[in-house]
Amino acid sequence: MADPLDYLRGFAVTFKKLFEDRVTGDYRGGKAKEGAPDNKRPKPERFHGRHVLNRYEDGMEKCIGCELCAGVCPAKCIYVRGADNDPDDPTSPGERFGYVYEINYLRCIHCDLCVEACPTQAITESKLFEFSFTNRNDAIYTKNELVVDDDGMPQKMPWEDWREGDDQLTSGWMRATSSAGDHRYEGSVHWAGELGYGVRAPEVGQSAGTISTDGGNSPAEVRSENDG
Amino acid sequence: MTLTDPEHLEQSEAGGLGDNIDGAERVKRRGSDSAVLRLSEAECAEIGNDPNTDADDERVLLNMGPSHPSTHGVLRLMLEMEGETVLRSKPVVGYLHTGMEKQAEQLTYLQGGTNVTRMDYASPLFTELAFSLATEKLLGIEVPERATWIRMLMCELNRMSSHLLFMATNGMDLGAVSMMIYGWREREEVLRFFEKVTGLRMNHNYIRPGGVAADMPDGWEADVEHLLALIPPRLEEYDILMTGQPIWRERLQGVGVLNADEALALSATGPILRSTGYAWDLRRDEPYLAYSAVDFDVIVGSYGDCYDRYAIRLNEIRESMRIVEQILDKMPAGDYRVQDKKVTPPPRVRIDQSMEALIHHFKIFTEGYKVPEGEAYACVESPRGELGVYLVSDGTSTPYRMHVRGPSFINVQTMPHLMQNGLIADGVAIISSVDPIMGEVDR
Ligand code: SF4
Ligand code: SF4
Repeated sequence: MADPLDYLRGFAVTFKKLFEDRVTGDYRGGKAKEGAPDNKRPKPERFHGRHVLNRYEDGMEKCIGCELCAGVCPAKCIYVRGADNDPDDPTSPGERFGYVYEINYLRCIHCDLCVEACPTQAITESKLFEFSFTNRNDAIYTKNELVVDDDGMPQKMPWEDWREGDDQLTSGWMRATSSAGDHRYEGSVHWAGELGYGVRAPEVGQSAGTISTDGGNSPAEVRSENDG
Repeated sequence: MTLTDPEHLEQSEAGGLGDNIDGAERVKRRGSDSAVLRLSEAECAEIGNDPNTDADDERVLLNMGPSHPSTHGVLRLMLEMEGETVLRSKPVVGYLHTGMEKQAEQLTYLQGGTNVTRMDYASPLFTELAFSLATEKLLGIEVPERATWIRMLMCELNRMSSHLLFMATNGMDLGAVSMMIYGWREREEVLRFFEKVTGLRMNHNYIRPGGVAADMPDGWEADVEHLLALIPPRLEEYDILMTGQPIWRERLQGVGVLNADEALALSATGPILRSTGYAWDLRRDEPYLAYSAVDFDVIVGSYGDCYDRYAIRLNEIRESMRIVEQILDKMPAGDYRVQDKKVTPPPRVRIDQSMEALIHHFKIFTEGYKVPEGEAYACVESPRGELGVYLVSDGTSTPYRMHVRGPSFINVQTMPHLMQNGLIADGVAIISSVDPIMGEVDR
């Protein structure tokens, strides 16, 4: 026989919740009236959001138009065309630069394989994921919209809901995957500086930099082991 | 009585319901008297429009779904009802078919993870794992120990989040609406951890052939400990709210009963098979990863009813936490992806240092890596049962054929047998307790 009190014990659980802390926040999707709270949950460093095209600290673009990102994209949503740099007024260091760059966000699945593939850390991810469009043209981000502004910050489109800090953690997934499984490369810098942020610190990881990675001076034994 | 018992078949051919029409006519019109309704859409329409239908024949053909809140997505059930009793039923699947197995033939093994992870969206890491294990078998590589343990940690957490989702939907389907909110709330805590590790709440593409995409983030131990401290008291609440609740028990006990023979005949696996008392868990019976190095119990039921299936899942959350605790203690250090330069791209810094590394990087990300000719099957114990991936390779960098043994798909077959001669309201409890994920059913 069921204990009649068992019926009531269930209600006690739900009743108690009235006095517990709320787990949900006040979120109004950027449409809050003056003064009303409108908070978003902080996003983790590795979060895959809308992409940005980075620039070097001197303002040069990082993209070299190699199309690796377009090649790896499983959703086939990147379109890149490279062109030769004008020697007198180069867009990027080196010979080539990304002349056309488009990402179709109606297709993108935010797997961030493009971020892992890019050899120059040109394409990385911001923490923005709230962007909805009312027409297809807005959904196709062109280079003009993706490339960071002169302060190195992502450009903010009118239909995007940016909050403070969303633009601060860019490139986290690129940094997290840079050691490519080799624990000795964890905790060391594998990337060039970014306009607006400088050289970002790596995650500490397991071993905190047992290999020096300062541009080609790594120990000989590591080199032969890897190239063998 | 087993399903193939000839006596059972004979009996059902001869007698039973609808005695007013002769046997042959009835078989023609409504299929045989097994639990499964074997009628095509056209035949159903014909019966519906038949002016000669006996006025005393109270049987009704009813469609439940594909868009029904309790059918978990887009499952459609054709039910033959008499009053409120379900006589026969037929699950109709395919409404979420997106051709993912075919799609896999277009994607390299590196990209494949983004595709398979979308099948069972409540436990994406398991499909990634099965796909990776099958690919690794073909490649003949062994993943580093740390990768194995990270995979185990993530999968057990995923089992927890998937079962927590079950708790939520099971509660919701049976009217315990607060339970729905509690279940989602706890699951969100787990997903928040996934987001920290993989960058995404679901559909991670984190477990890849050769290892995992990234090492655990700084401070992950504290996050896991937080989860381990947070969830047990919540499970106690579930116990009060549901396990011990007389209403809950009356609603589930003795409903949707299956015995072990039937479950085996229908190839059911996972909690459905275990609820019948048949202890079958691939983690223990065909150990993969490092499951032989951790201590856990296989939870079994004894009645094979909806209540057992609920209780098994609840206790499996506890077992998973036990495993996670052990993983916390035992997590080895070292590489988290196999250091085979044909499979794993070079560390980013090497791209600038070595021409060879640069070439490997380009090759892996554009044409992928070639996988030797052959075929392989790898299976894992997903929260829903045996999840297997069968790969055929023709030596190129994309699979020649991929087939997924989705436990949801096969478990859906048990539904007519569970529902036969039950009430339609119990049908809701049964669908919920089978816990099918339609993304995996239809693929
Ligand atoms: S995140 Fe994935 S889908 Fe999106 S553009 Fe990059 S590679 Fe393509
Ligand atoms: S973003 Fe990177 S991968 Fe894509 S074209 Fe530019 S340099 Fe190449």
